[in-house]
Amino acid sequence: MVGSQSNSNPARIPALGFRALALVVLSILLMWLDNREHHLDAVRRAVGVAVYPVQIVVDTPARLWSWLRENSASKNQLQLENSRLRTESLITRGRMQELEALKAENDRLRAMLDAREQVRGEVRVAGIMAVDANPYRHNIVLDVGSREGVYDGQAIVDASGVVGQVIETGLTTSQAILISDPDHALPVVVNRNGLRTVAFGTGEYNRLSLPFLANNADIETGDLLVTSGLGGAFPSGYPVAVVDKVTRLPQEPFAEVTATPAAALDQVREVMLIWTRKQDDGAGDE
Amino acid sequence: MSNARALRQLPVLITLLIAFMLMMTPMPAAAAPFRPDWLALVLVFWAMTVPRSYSVGIAWLFGIVLDVAQGTLLGQHALALCVIVYITVKFHLLMRVFPLSQLTATIFALLALYQFLLFWINGVAGVTAPAIDYWGPVVAGTIVWPFLSIVLSGLRYRVQTGG
Repeated sequence: MVGSQSNSNPARIPALGFRALALVVLSILLMWLDNREHHLDAVRRAVGVAVYPVQIVVDTPARLWSWLRENSASKNQLQLENSRLRTESLITRGRMQELEALKAENDRLRAMLDAREQVRGEVRVAGIMAVDANPYRHNIVLDVGSREGVYDGQAIVDASGVVGQVIETGLTTSQAILISDPDHALPVVVNRNGLRTVAFGTGEYNRLSLPFLANNADIETGDLLVTSGLGGAFPSGYPVAVVDKVTRLPQEPFAEVTATPAAALDQVREVMLIWTRKQDDGAGDE
Repeated sequence: MSNARALRQLPVLITLLIAFMLMMTPMPAAAAPFRPDWLALVLVFWAMTVPRSYSVGIAWLFGIVLDVAQGTLLGQHALALCVIVYITVKFHLLMRVFPLSQLTATIFALLALYQFLLFWINGVAGVTAPAIDYWGPVVAGTIVWPFLSIVLSGLRYRVQTGG
């Protein structure tokens, strides 16, 4: 490339066609490798390090805004919030005592039944970066990565229910897929009667669909769906969604059932990552 | 010479960086499908203006970084950007003399091709997305092009003089 004489004969760019062709072939090769197996995770991670500062810059205005709002809150407001949190904490702690007793009882009963000990994982709070990711998927970017021990397929929940799971771990950030993504499927069980099924994302933040329920299945509006733990990625018993519509069409083999996710998927700012103790790698159920 | 030349290239790199950031800036869920393809627009502008310095190579590089940032298939945006920038460089003399209306129509066609390539690759890879995710950016990009080209033209003379 002879840049300094560009205006002398601008019509001819040397070897343009060849370069373009070479790059297109290289792209196709990369995509093929990337789509097959995750051969290129190292490349992604390396480029991801370069992307990280840009993500930080993009995230800064939102962070600054919430910081300003926190700092400009009046004393009165803070006192109100404080007393509200105090009450909430008291109630939660009260319930916790009950829970401890129940847990002990449960452990005893399980020991009697010789059942396997139930896995309760460690948790860690992570922030969602104000950075938009993949336009074709319901993705979020978390501000923790493999440095913090995050792994692919890890479950993410918030205070009210399941949010999604990690699909790609960088060094300092990671990408997660929400349960509302059309390509996400989650094994669930109806809390009321133990009916097992699978909840699919629909592409809308406030809707999941349950396509594999027969017309005579015992399911009704208001049923709570919780994770069944069958996929291996999620621990069992976390609330997922509440059934909001059941349409039974006599001529169709399956009922049309939709549910509203328990977590406000488009509003969460902070989530919890769950480490289940013995996680066999790559057991994701995406 | 190389120092002065590097200084002249600064505006280009800064605009590309800003375009890259705009691709990641959070938008409300309802407006997100109408995010213009900022990076594609800015790359096309510079490929049309200084095709010797900015052509398929830089487009491909930025495409790869965009793929990593968005978590798309590695090479997807790189390929699509590479193709539209190749076409731009091939016809840059023609595009330079187009009146703005005609140029905007050309940009529309380029953006449509860009999204079609992304759509096609998604199809092969088995990623499904609603149609609005594809035509939304094309419409939005065509609308912002006239304004964007006015802003970037202001920087053009600085980049080109003595180039």
